[in-house]
Amino acid sequence: MKPAANGDAVLSARNIVMSYGGVHALRGVNFDIHRGKVTTLFGENGAGKSTLMKILSGVVTPTSGDIVLDGNLVSFSSSSDARDRGISIIHQELSLAPNLSVRDNIFMGRELRTRTGLDFAEESRQARALMADLEEDIDPMTLVEDLRLGQQQIVEIARALSVDSRILIMDEPTSALSATEVEVLFKVIRDLTSRGVSIVYISHHLEEALQITDYAVVLRDGAITATAEARDIDLEWIVRNMVGENFDLGSPPTGHAFGDVALSIEDVSVVDTSGSGYSVVDHLSLDVKAGEIVCIYGLMGAGRTELLEAVAGRVPMAGGRALLEGEDVSGLSIAQRIAKGLVLVPEDRQRDGLVQTMTVGRNLSLASIEAFAKGLFLSRTRERGLVEDSIRKVTIKTAGGNAMIGSLSGGNQQKVVIGKMLTTNPKVILLDEPSRGIDVGAKAEVFRLLSERAAQGLAVIFSTSEVNECLSIAHRIVVMRRGRISAQFGANATKEQIMAASGEAVVA
Amino acid sequence: MTDVSQARKQSSPSAGGEGFDLAKLLLEGRAFFALIVIIVVFSFLSPYYLSVANFLTMASHVAIFGILAVGMLLVILNGGIDLSVGSTLGLAGVVAGFLMQGVTLTWLGVVLYPPVWVVAVLACMLGAVVGLINGVLIARFKVPAFVATLGVMYMARGLALLMTSGLTYNNLGGKPELGNTGFDALGFNRLFGVPTGVVVLAVIALIGSIVLNRTAFGRWLYASGGNERAAELSGVPVKTVQISVYVLSGICAAIAGLILSSQLTSAGPTAGTTYELTAIAAVVIGGAALTGGRGNIRGTLLGAFVIGFLSDGLVIIGISSYWQTVFTGAVIVLAVLLNAVQYRRRSKLPSATGGQPTSQKRGKAEAANPAQGKTAR
Repeated sequence: MKPAANGDAVLSARNIVMSYGGVHALRGVNFDIHRGKVTTLFGENGAGKSTLMKILSGVVTPTSGDIVLDGNLVSFSSSSDARDRGISIIHQELSLAPNLSVRDNIFMGRELRTRTGLDFAEESRQARALMADLEEDIDPMTLVEDLRLGQQQIVEIARALSVDSRILIMDEPTSALSATEVEVLFKVIRDLTSRGVSIVYISHHLEEALQITDYAVVLRDGAITATAEARDIDLEWIVRNMVGENFDLGSPPTGHAFGDVALSIEDVSVVDTSGSGYSVVDHLSLDVKAGEIVCIYGLMGAGRTELLEAVAGRVPMAGGRALLEGEDVSGLSIAQRIAKGLVLVPEDRQRDGLVQTMTVGRNLSLASIEAFAKGLFLSRTRERGLVEDSIRKVTIKTAGGNAMIGSLSGGNQQKVVIGKMLTTNPKVILLDEPSRGIDVGAKAEVFRLLSERAAQGLAVIFSTSEVNECLSIAHRIVVMRRGRISAQFGANATKEQIMAASGEAVVA
Repeated sequence: MTDVSQARKQSSPSAGGEGFDLAKLLLEGRAFFALIVIIVVFSFLSPYYLSVANFLTMASHVAIFGILAVGMLLVILNGGIDLSVGSTLGLAGVVAGFLMQGVTLTWLGVVLYPPVWVVAVLACMLGAVVGLINGVLIARFKVPAFVATLGVMYMARGLALLMTSGLTYNNLGGKPELGNTGFDALGFNRLFGVPTGVVVLAVIALIGSIVLNRTAFGRWLYASGGNERAAELSGVPVKTVQISVYVLSGICAAIAGLILSSQLTSAGPTAGTTYELTAIAAVVIGGAALTGGRGNIRGTLLGAFVIGFLSDGLVIIGISSYWQTVFTGAVIVLAVLLNAVQYRRRSKLPSATGGQPTSQKRGKAEAANPAQGKTAR
């Protein structure tokens, strides 16, 4: 294929396809980075933004498709190859070494040398200059672990700036920054573009992104759905294109009356585990009735995960308590809470949900071993019955209980984690981003399963960062922002209302 | 959706594999084949190797390592390591030797001669206490297993040397009039011609196998070794499991110490030095993963026999002990290499049969979390 003759584009992606196993993260994406401009990529979680950026910065190689740099076909062998050609990236997840100083982090992997060793003086001077540009009062010799998260992000930005790249990709650079720090960053970005540097910007804070961007590109389900110049569009346009027409994820189950309050969260606070002393959950109270489905919506860092983990017993509460059917469970262990009927499906199924060394069946039965123990020994017949029952009810597509867990697709692995907890016959189930990294079909099945169980009296609380999912099966939508509930809505809320309450977009 | 599951059921072979695959068979049964090769080669090289008498002698050597290795397997399944078993073995032997000499209670003016079964029970309790110290250090105080058991290794060895001032108890026979005879039974008696040590190993292995496969504890152990965070969130008492494996490993070490000092008819403070490494080697040769969650008793026993039969064979054909060390090391390296090959195959294979979304709107996957991903622990 001939490289596109778009003179304005410094770097272009042509028909990029990226698949992981059988799952397509990107499906034929064409994306241009405009010379000396800010191009913003909008899209929900899992739309493929980060994957596309990793491809453009040489971190991963696409399954197929071309990358065109200054009109020439190129392929990057590694991220340092891309960096040598003037492309650098600020990753969403911080990639700093906490045990090293700010200076050493900025120059990590491309240390300045003198004839006899490293040129620490010059490194320090440059580091100090970068910090001055970013108006951040950080000594270059400070250890990164001693900085707060926002300052660490500044260091990450400084590292990307120090390379003098022509193309700078910023994947959620502001998630931990304060409003003033964001202002400074925007000043730096304008300064860079005036010097001809091309910027790709990704952010969940739509308004903020709209302030800085020149071009907007919207990615949904691995494909570009819209492109426009910033002056022609508004927030409403972005949201409409991001969310798209609703894939039917179901509607709130009706026809059953709610029971008594099943879970009562009273004045719960959770302190940040990294030791900064700041409350990630701030005196939050919430009641959920039996048979009710509550969706907790919020941006990254709103405190959703911490709230659910504290209620489940994974992280300690700094204050407040959780009542299960009127009984205080705050002091109990995770195992005791599971026995009483309060279970959590964690956010990261690979890290917290599955035991990769075990089979599908053993993963499914792990939380309910007592149910098939006969005295000291386990009854294999009973276990098999339990597992087969669970596979059928949760509709897991697998060769059987003896298949290894790794042989399943992401959606089916997620169903195993959910099935494992449902097998314990809980009264309340907490699900932290149950739809993360699974395809739309599996997502709909998970929601259908949850609404079935809610109709039978299970209290369901799930968190999400996709606004579509709030407007599916939830009877009630709770929006969290900075550790507090900023708004509550019924099932008839609009996307704009929810996003406004989360701080994502303020729509008039 | 269900019809898809039927189709997949037929198209994708189960993880166990139905087709005959020689490479796979050789890989999975490698410890067994290695043992056969060792027996065949040494039988060919020496006329004395292939005889029932020699096999029983070798088996009683294997018993010591085998018992240690079963305990070690539990620890390694949990993702830990226990470097203290060799020292615990020595300490338990010395304490048993000390008790056999009689305990003088000066304030009562009497000398107690505990019967052999009491000595054995006390020695096992000592092993359990050493294991408990390891377990509490690791589970409660978050000391890395390597360091905690390294420290305990030195302490136990030091205590054994202190108790005897570096000397050896040579008189373990007891006296009939004191009612404390029978210590040598562990090393010399035979049950249907099989040395007691081998019988003890068989019993321990059987119990271990039942515990691992048929009890909740076994399931908890595999789960917490495979992914501790997931196990904890599923209600597994991960701390209790972690402490328990070190206690069990300590008890196994004490039992091995009793058998060894009985076989040697003496209890020396330096007995069992570096045995922990042999035990680890046996577990690894048996196919267990040092990262935890994978391994079984059968493999570990085979591993112990491979090491034991190899080193005894090298002695019989008269190869210098320096070369024996080199050979043993080579076998261990080879075993770990093959483990890596096997686990890489296992984690790569699934992606080929992995999810094939059926809906038109397929393809939401997070880059950071690809569906086939296998996280490092």
